[in-house]
This record gives sequence, C-alpha cells and structure tokens, in this order.
Amino acid sequence: MALHKVLGTETEYGIVVRGDPGFNPAVASSLVVNSYPGERVKVQWSYEEESPGRDARGFGHDTYGLIDPEGAVVNSVLSNGARLYVDHAHPEYSGPESFDPKEAALYDKAGEVVMHLASVAASEASGRELSLYKNNSDGKGNSYGSHENYLLSRETPFGDVIRYAMTFMVTRQIFTGAGKVGKENDREDVDFQITQRADFFEEEVGLETTLKRPIINTRDEPHGDPATYRRLHVIIGDANLSEYQNFLKLGSTALMLAAVEDGALPDSLDLFDPVEACWQVSHDLSLSRPLELDGGGSATALELQHRYLEWLTKYVEKELDDPVWTEVIEEWERTLNLLETNPDKLADTLDWAAKKRMLEGFRDRDGLEWTNSKLRALDLQYHDVNPQRGLYQRLANRGSMRRLFTDDEIEQATTAPPKRTRAYFRGRCVSDFSDSLVAANWDSLVFDVGESHLKRVPMMEPLRGVESLVGEVLDEAEDAADLLRRLEG
Amino acid sequence: MSDRERSQGESRRKETEEEQSTEAVETEADTEALDDLLDEIDEVLEENAEEFVKNYVQKGGE
Repeated sequence: MALHKVLGTETEYGIVVRGDPGFNPAVASSLVVNSYPGERVKVQWSYEEESPGRDARGFGHDTYGLIDPEGAVVNSVLSNGARLYVDHAHPEYSGPESFDPKEAALYDKAGEVVMHLASVAASEASGRELSLYKNNSDGKGNSYGSHENYLLSRETPFGDVIRYAMTFMVTRQIFTGAGKVGKENDREDVDFQITQRADFFEEEVGLETTLKRPIINTRDEPHGDPATYRRLHVIIGDANLSEYQNFLKLGSTALMLAAVEDGALPDSLDLFDPVEACWQVSHDLSLSRPLELDGGGSATALELQHRYLEWLTKYVEKELDDPVWTEVIEEWERTLNLLETNPDKLADTLDWAAKKRMLEGFRDRDGLEWTNSKLRALDLQYHDVNPQRGLYQRLANRGSMRRLFTDDEIEQATTAPPKRTRAYFRGRCVSDFSDSLVAANWDSLVFDVGESHLKRVPMMEPLRGVESLVGEVLDEAEDAADLLRRLEG
Repeated sequence: MSDRERSQGESRRKETEEEQSTEAVETEADTEALDDLLDEIDEVLEENAEEFVKNYVQKGGE
C-alpha cells in the first residue's frame, strides 16, 4: 500500500518597491519577512539535515547548492507551522506539511494573506510602498519558483517515478497553468499561453532548479528519515491563485504518485520528446495539438489526461476511503470534460482561463493588440496579493471565482497549524514556547532551556507530532523544559 | 418512422431549442458580467501600464 501522501507547497513571490525601479530585491525581501506582524519566531534555520545537492538517482553530492549566507539571515517559523524567509531575492512562504491536498491548498492560500500582511507592515516601516506578486515570471526571461512536495517511499525505485510522472507533469499543465501573455526564453512566438513556467524547462531529468530546469527534479532531500522516505520536489508548476485549481493540481498529482507506488498505472504513456511537448502543451490554446508518443502514434494532452483519470478513478474506488480523493476525481473529471467541450466555462476555476477571459474582454472592448502594455500589466496585476489591487482577488470578491474555502478558514490557517502532521508540534511550539525556541528546520526543533547545551527534538516522522499524539502534552507543559521532560518520559 | 420515434424526435428538438435559448440567456448574462468586471478593473488598473511593465523586473529564483 502506498505511503500516505503528506504534501505541501513552497512559493517565491515577485517583489516591487513602487517608485524605485533600482531597489535591492534582497534587502526589500528581508524587510518584508522581518516586518510580518503575525505570530512567529525568528530562528536560525539549521541546515545540517538539508542537502539540496544530493541526487535521487544515487550520484552527486553536497558541493552543489551551497546556501547563500545572505538568504539565511532572515528566517522565521510561523505558528501555523510554515516557514517564512528570504530565498535570495524573493520572500518565500513554505506551507506546513499537510495531510491531504485540500489542506495543502488551504495553507498555500494562507500564505497569500501572510505575504499581504507582511508587505503592508514593510511599507509602513519603510515609508515606501512594497507590492508582492504570486506569479512565476517577470515576462523578461526571469522565472522564480512555485514548488510542490510529496512524500514518497524510499522503496519505490526512483526510475519508476521518473518514467511514470514525466508525461503526467507535461500534460497536467492544461489544468495547472496560471496563464501568461507572450513567450520567453527564445521559444516560438505566442500571444497568450497556458502556463507561466513551461518556457523555462529545458531538460527531462536533473538536479538543477535555476538553470536548464528539468521536468523531473531529482533533489533527494527527504526532510525525514532517509531510510524510509523520499520527497518528490516538483518544480514544474505555476503558483495558483484559484483555490479549486490548486486543490486539483495537488490532488491529482498525489494520486498519480500513490498509484505509481502501488504499481497501479498500467502504462507510462511515454512521450517522444517531453521537453518539446512541455512547450507545445502550454502554447496550444486549442488543446488539440497531438503530441508524438515514444514508439509511434500520438495523443493530445487532454487524451492522455483522460487516461490517467480513468486509471486513477479505479484506483481510488479500490484503494482509498477518504472522501477527499473522490472530490479530487470529480473535480478532475469536470475539468477535463469542460476543457474538451467549452474551456471558457472554466474561467471560474482555472487561473489561465480566468485571465484569458479578462484579457480578451479588454481586447474586444478597447481594440488592443496582444503586444499592448496594458494587457501585460493586467497579466501581472492578476497576481498582486493586495486585495484591492489584485485582479484575481477582485474576481473572487465579486463571485466570479468558485471558492473552496471561506475567508475565516483561510485566516485561521495563517495562525493555526494542521493537526494531522508534525507541523502541529512545530506550530504549537512557536505559539507556546517561542522564548526557548532557537533553531528549526523541517525535521527538528532546537530549544534553549537554560542548561549547558541546547536540546534538539528530532521530528523525522512526518505523521508523528500530531495533535492526537502530542496535543495533551503540549497543553499540560508549563514551559519548554517541562515539555522536553514530558517528551523524554 | 413510427409515431413513437417521431414524438421522441420532436421532444428532442424541443429540448435542443430550450437549451439554445437558455444558452443565449447565459451568454447575455456573461457579457454583462464581463462588462461590469472590466469597468471595475478600470478603476484599479495600474495608472501607467507601460512604466509598470517596464519596471517589473525580477531576479531569477529557486
């Protein structure tokens, strides 16, 4: 039986200081992170368990991807279990480990609120106006990431993951894209394309994330017991504003990976040239361009997704009881059917379709060419996290986007951790024992309880440290020293 | 064609007509909603689109 798919997202936000085009993005990002007014602990992030240079294919080592000391300066852990920090020249929010795709989408959404609050506070503190954008490209050839993470079993051969996930990742773009005006990175000209990120992918498999980006990233950094777990670090996705779309992206991908672990996918549907197909899918608004298959024949992205849907529908019926997976299947089926018959009808759940509808409205009304700056400005402004300016948010507020969460649920998720993963323990410690918490990373917390040495609490199991196991101990502990005594006892 | 088939054909035609008229209403409502939306966005759109787009430059990340 497949390992439970604990999952989460990481999003780097675009940053602008208004009226100051020459601003230093690293300084501005630090200001944003440092200004966040919510409950959190500024901690040292201990990198000893991190190894972004380790390759899941079994080679490579830790000389790659040295941590930029600039980026390590500003770091905090929030009471919802998330990490808020500066990653080079962007503020980044890494959501807490979540139990299911709906929860992961909720905490990703909470990240937008966190970023908005942080940008408001940073603007007040500096007397400048800072804006943040949940997107992945500046339209000038620079991309920044929005990554997904899925827990995998170490027993699953990584070659299987590569083989079965490749076509899925390329074809899921039809429902994961956030839409973009124009092309980048010397690709073929296009007026509008489905994704922000496709133009930047140049390899099938690899360790890189900033150059020659690969469809399947092989970073082997489990953030858990390395003998038991892997973490699949998915870099080929757009940051989504739409709640339903994010849920569908995370849910369908988690299901596909679970089925790979259970050997439940009958065919890997290999593409002849996945990289070329990646660009093609994103550039094809007709959703009808055939992709060449390895070994002959062709199929469209939509047809290939229908195959996955068919297999995974059976898989869910047979293997998974939790109703959240049935919801994923239903939303997936609805989406694929509408993509086939009337994609415009998805303007209330898919970012790219919502953006396209809005841009075409302006084109028709004002007679604008696709190269007009106004359309590019609208494209960027769709992603502004400020609820007044952000166009996604304007759409959502007027009821033009379907909502999966209430505003209250999202606000709660900015402070309260998930209850069914180790993020619960981390978040509660931030709330209750912040004075003693000195360092953290995904799989440990370090406390200073006034003794001769610091005390480290390892959290190598993503499904321990949950409310049902540690809630009572946390409630009863008087202070951090007492908590550690109780945990040891 | 039997009577039954004929009547089925007629009812199908009627359904199609109804569907078409519902669609027309929906399209009209969609257009109105879109016009409203564009008007609302006009109010908040970046004042100098060209300048805003030009200045939106990010460092590559990840």
